[in-house]
Amino acid sequence: MSENPKDAAVTTPAQSAGAQLTKDAGPGDVLLKVTGLQKHFPIRKGLLQRQVGAVRAVDGLDFEVRAGETLGVVGESGCGKSTMGRLITRLLEPTAGTVEFQGKDITHLDAGGMRPMRRDVQMIFQDPYSSLNPRHTVGTIVGAPFRLQGVQPEGGVKKEVQRILSVVGLNPEHYNRYPHEFSGGQRQRIGIARALALNPKLVVADEPVSALDVSIQAQVVNLLDDLQQELGLTYVIIAHDLSVVRHVSDRIAVMYLGKIVELADRESLYKAPMHPYTKALMSAVPIPDPKRRGVKSERILLKGDVPSPISPPSGCRFHTRCWKATEICRTTEPALVELKPGQRVACHHPENFEDQAPQETVLLSAAKEAAELVPEAVLEESAETSAAVAAEVSEPPQEVSDPPEDVSEPPRDTDDK
Amino acid sequence: MSQLAHVRPALLPVRITESPKPHHGCASFHHEVFQLIAKALKTPGRHGPVGPVSEFKTTATAAARGSAIVDPRGVNLTVTAPIETTGAEAGAQPEAVLAGVKKSQIEGRSLSQIAWTRFKRDKVAMAGGVVVVLLVLMAVLSKPIQWVFDLDPNKFNQDLIDPALLAPKGGWGGMSWDHPLGVDPQYGRDMLARIIDGSWVSLLVAGGATLLSVVIGTVLGVVAGYYGGWIDSVISRMMDTFLAFPLLLFAISISASVQDGFFGLDGLPLRICVLIFVIGFFSWPYIGRIVRAQTMTLRKREFIEAATSLGARGPYILFRELLPNLVAPILVYSTLIIPTNILFEAALSFLGVGIAPPQASWGGMLSNAVDLYTADPQYMFVPGLAIFITVLAFNLLGDGLRDALDPRSK
Ligand SMILES: Nc1ncnc2c1ncn2[C@@H]1O[C@H](COP(=O)(O)OP(=O)(O)OP(=O)(O)O)[C@@H](O)[C@H]1O
Ligand code: SF4
Ligand SMILES: [Mg+2]
Repeated sequence: MSENPKDAAVTTPAQSAGAQLTKDAGPGDVLLKVTGLQKHFPIRKGLLQRQVGAVRAVDGLDFEVRAGETLGVVGESGCGKSTMGRLITRLLEPTAGTVEFQGKDITHLDAGGMRPMRRDVQMIFQDPYSSLNPRHTVGTIVGAPFRLQGVQPEGGVKKEVQRILSVVGLNPEHYNRYPHEFSGGQRQRIGIARALALNPKLVVADEPVSALDVSIQAQVVNLLDDLQQELGLTYVIIAHDLSVVRHVSDRIAVMYLGKIVELADRESLYKAPMHPYTKALMSAVPIPDPKRRGVKSERILLKGDVPSPISPPSGCRFHTRCWKATEICRTTEPALVELKPGQRVACHHPENFEDQAPQETVLLSAAKEAAELVPEAVLEESAETSAAVAAEVSEPPQEVSDPPEDVSEPPRDTDDK
Repeated sequence: MSQLAHVRPALLPVRITESPKPHHGCASFHHEVFQLIAKALKTPGRHGPVGPVSEFKTTATAAARGSAIVDPRGVNLTVTAPIETTGAEAGAQPEAVLAGVKKSQIEGRSLSQIAWTRFKRDKVAMAGGVVVVLLVLMAVLSKPIQWVFDLDPNKFNQDLIDPALLAPKGGWGGMSWDHPLGVDPQYGRDMLARIIDGSWVSLLVAGGATLLSVVIGTVLGVVAGYYGGWIDSVISRMMDTFLAFPLLLFAISISASVQDGFFGLDGLPLRICVLIFVIGFFSWPYIGRIVRAQTMTLRKREFIEAATSLGARGPYILFRELLPNLVAPILVYSTLIIPTNILFEAALSFLGVGIAPPQASWGGMLSNAVDLYTADPQYMFVPGLAIFITVLAFNLLGDGLRDALDPRSK
C-alpha cells in the first residue's frame, strides 16, 4: 500500500469502461480482423504417431469484428464454432491465416506475448459446470484475473470482486461460497463476472446459454445485452440456433463445416437469407412476421448428416445436402462475395438473388433427393424471388436453376424419415 | 404486447424443457418462449435482470421440479449434493436455491466440509479412523509409554520360560497381570512392550514409503497427464517398467546387499531407510497412474482453459487449479496403500531382510512365531492380530474417505 501512486496507474476501474474503450478503437472501427484462418487437428495413429490425416475443424475464415458490435456465429454441432472462438482468443494456435487484434498480429504470439492481450480478450464458456474450479470460492474465481494480471484495483480485490458480483446480479455476500452451491444460471453469471473483471474489449461467448434452462437463458442473454450497453463491450457470441443470436446480434455469420457460408447484417439475413443453408436453418425458427406465422409447411428438412470434417466434400461443402446443387457446386468452391451491401454469401445459386452460375441448370441427383424434403412452397418462392431479383438486377430475365419437373413432383410428407 | 410487459417473471412458465440443446424440431416453441420471457424480463424498468435475478425462481418452483436436494427451508441443501456435480446432476438444482438462505449461512461450505459431514455419518469408517488415530498415537508415543509404564521390550525374563519346552510357563502364552499379552518364547520378553515398540517401526516404514510413492507418483502423474505427448509416453513407459519389476525379489536382494555404513547410516535407521526406499520407490506407479488419469480428465475442463485465457502460467495451473482437485483421490489412495505397505514391511521382516533383531517388529515376531509354533502356538496370534487390526482400520478409513469424497464411486 506504500506505493499507492504506482497502484493507481495500473488500476483499471470498470466504472470508466465506456469512456476508455475509445482509446484504441472507436465504435465502428475494426477491433478484430481474421484472414484465412485455419485449424487442422492432426490425426495420429500407430506406435510412431504418424499423421494419417487431419480434422479440418476451421478451414479458411475471413471476417472482422467492429468495436461495439455483436457478431453472432451460428452453425450445426461440429462445424467448428468453438474452435473458431478458441482461435481468436488464442487458446489454440492457428494452422494458417492471421488474427489481428487492434491492428496487432497475434496469430503466433507465445503465452508470454499473449499475456498482456489477455486483459482485452476474454471468453465466456459453454458449460457452467466445468468452467468453474470446484475447489475455489467465488471470490477466488472472480479475483483470479486481478491476481494473474497483477492488477490492483482501487479499494482492493475483494471490494472490486463484490462490486462485479453485484453488477452481474449475484449477491456480493456470496463471496466465500463454492460453485457447487449455485445453480447453472448463477454459475454462468460467475463466469461472466470473471470474464468482465478486467474490463476487456472483446468478449467471446461460446454458447453462453445453451446449457441453461430456457427461462434462465433469457435472463443471461439480457444480462449480456445490458452489460454491453453499460460497458461498451464487443461480443462474438457463438450459438447453435438462431433464436439466441437473433436477439443480440448486429451481424451474423453462418458456419458450415469449418467455413463461413453467409455473413450479413441481422436485418438482411432475416429478411432475405441468400445461402440455402441459412434458409434451412431459419426455416426451423418461426418467422417473426405475424402475417406469415403458422406457415409451418415451410420447414426445410436437410438430408442426412453433416459430412465429416476429416474429408469435407469437394467444391461447395453443402452440395451433398443442398437442393439446388449443380455440377459447378461439386467442382468449384464458391467464394464468399459481397452480393448486396452488408451481405456476403458463398453460393453459386443463392436464394433471393440473381443466380451466380446461370449456365448450370442440371441438378445433381443428390439435389433431387434433397429437394424432395423441401416443401414445394419454398422451391416456388425461391424460384420466384430469384427470377424477380434477376429481372430487377439485369436486363433479360434469366433461366431459373430449378427445372420445373422437380418442382412439380408430388411433395412428400416431410416427417417420413 | 402491453399485457406482456406486465407479466411478472415468476408467473411465466419456467419449466419448458430439460434439453440443454434444443434441436431444430422443438426450436419454434423454444424460440417463442424465449422471446416472451426475454421481453417480459426486460421491460420493467431497464434494470434488466440485475434486480430480481436471484429471487426469480421461487422455492415453490424448485419444489415443483421434484429435486430431492431442496430442503423447503432452503437450508440443508448441500449436505447430499455430490462433491463434483456433473452437468446433469447439478442441472436439477433450481435457480434460486440460495434465495431463502439467511445471512448466517452466507459463508460457503467447502467440499471438504461437506465430505466431513458425510464422513461423520459413516460409523464404520469413523471406527476405523478412531483406531487409526489411536495406533498413530501409540506409535508416536511408544517410547514415553514404555517409560511411563516401565515396559522394556528387550528385557529377558528367563524365569518365565520353561527351559525344556522353550515356551512360557503357564497357559495362554504366559499371560499375567505383569504381562497382559504374555511373553515371547525362548527369552520371555514382554509382548505388550514388543507390540508397542514394533508399532512405530511398522507405521514409520509404511507411512514413509507411502509418502515417498505419493510424492513421486503425484509429480510424475500430473506432469504426464498435463503435458501429454512424448513426456507422457516416457513417463507411462517408465510406470510400465516399474510395475513389471519382480518387486519382492528386487526388495530382497537390495535389502540383503545393503551393508552398514551406506549413506553414513547403520543399524536400525539404515534398515528403515532401505525399507522405505524399496517399498516407496517401487509402488509409485500405482498412484502415478491414478493421478495421471485424473489429471487428463481435469485438463479438459473449461476452468483450465479459463485460467489460460487469463494468462496463467504452467505452475499456476498445476498447483492452484489442478492439485486442489487431486487432493481427494490422493488422500484416499494413500490411506488404502498404507495397509499394503504395512503388510509388505511385515513380509520383508518375515523373510529376514527387513528389520533386524533385536528391534521388535510385527513381521519379525510373526517370523519367529513360525519357527516356534510347535513350542508356543499362541505366539503368532498377538502380532498377527496387531497387523490385522491395523490393516483393517486403515482400509475402513480409506473406504469411508472415498465414499465421503466421491459419493458416485459407491
Ligand atoms: N482438440 C481437438 N482435437 C481433434 N479434433 C478436435 C479438437 N477440437 C475439436 N475437434 C473437432 O473439430 C470439429 C469442430 O469442433 P468444434 O468443437 O469447434 O465444433 P462446434 O461447432 O463448437 O460444435 P458444438 O456445437 O457441438 O460445440 C469437430 O469435428 C471436433 O471433433
Ligand atoms: S447451390 Fe451450390 S453453391 Fe449454393 S449452397 Fe447449394 S451446393 Fe453450395
Ligand atoms: Mg462448441
